[in-house]
Amino acid sequence: MVKWSDFERATIQDIFSKIDKDVVGQAALSRCLIVYPWTQRYFGSFGNLYNAAAITSNPKVAAHGKVVIGGLEKALQNMDNIKQAYTDLSVLHSEKLQVDPDNFKLLADCLTIVVASNLGISFTPEVQAAFQKFLDVVVAALRKQYY
Amino acid sequence: MSLTEKDKAAVKALWAKISKSADAIGADALSRMLLVYPQTKTYFSHWPDTKAGSEPVKKHGKKIMGGVGLAVSKIDDLAAGLLKLSELHAFKLRVDPANFKLLAHCLQVVIANMFPKDFTPEAHVACDKFLANVALALSEKYR
Repeated sequence: MVKWSDFERATIQDIFSKIDKDVVGQAALSRCLIVYPWTQRYFGSFGNLYNAAAITSNPKVAAHGKVVIGGLEKALQNMDNIKQAYTDLSVLHSEKLQVDPDNFKLLADCLTIVVASNLGISFTPEVQAAFQKFLDVVVAALRKQYY
Repeated sequence: MSLTEKDKAAVKALWAKISKSADAIGADALSRMLLVYPQTKTYFSHWPDTKAGSEPVKKHGKKIMGGVGLAVSKIDDLAAGLLKLSELHAFKLRVDPANFKLLAHCLQVVIANMFPKDFTPEAHVACDKFLANVALALSEKYR
């Protein structure tokens, strides 16, 4: 079981209360598709992903960004048992979506960058450490059911 | 994933915007790396203090950004331009090259944090490619 300090719990809750959830998911996912273009392989049904402008304005990317944030909120609500809470999501990503789990880290890095760009000076090194720990746990939980 | 002319132009444009704050960026990125990835502290056991704002961190952050600035100026031939630094990292420092990715991530977090409007997705991909190529040039002499 992951141990969270009071600071970490409070910080992660605080981040999610501060960010615009409709924007951050879309911004992180589109950044991931732009910066790591091979991740586009999982989104063949999304239509026009030909360049940064197309990706940033793609409504399916925006909608899926919200789905991703919804997934993170599920982790937030189950912080003491993310692995268990994510069992079905992990099976989904492994068996149905067949996503190479190395990609989870790429999206996590883009999420960190987007949150960093939104939170200004309140995104201190300690806040970054807490947020990245949370994302590490989420990524590990998503990998758990792969075999 | 080598740098296109478009990448090089984007990197130079970004550098022009951020270089005045290079010292602060370097210190901030380094202190974040030491905190977020504690295993990186193993390379700095000779420092009395690895906290943000400490003198060794500030001084070393400045040194790192000097290297980044050099890399920008030698962007057309990083292997040749960073030869001395590569020898330093290969034979003296022997930093595991995996750590270059960690510092690159922290550098970009700081740039996004300090310059959110300039660190667009287009600037980000060029910067990420650039830092990956810098890391490659730095590990050129490892074996």
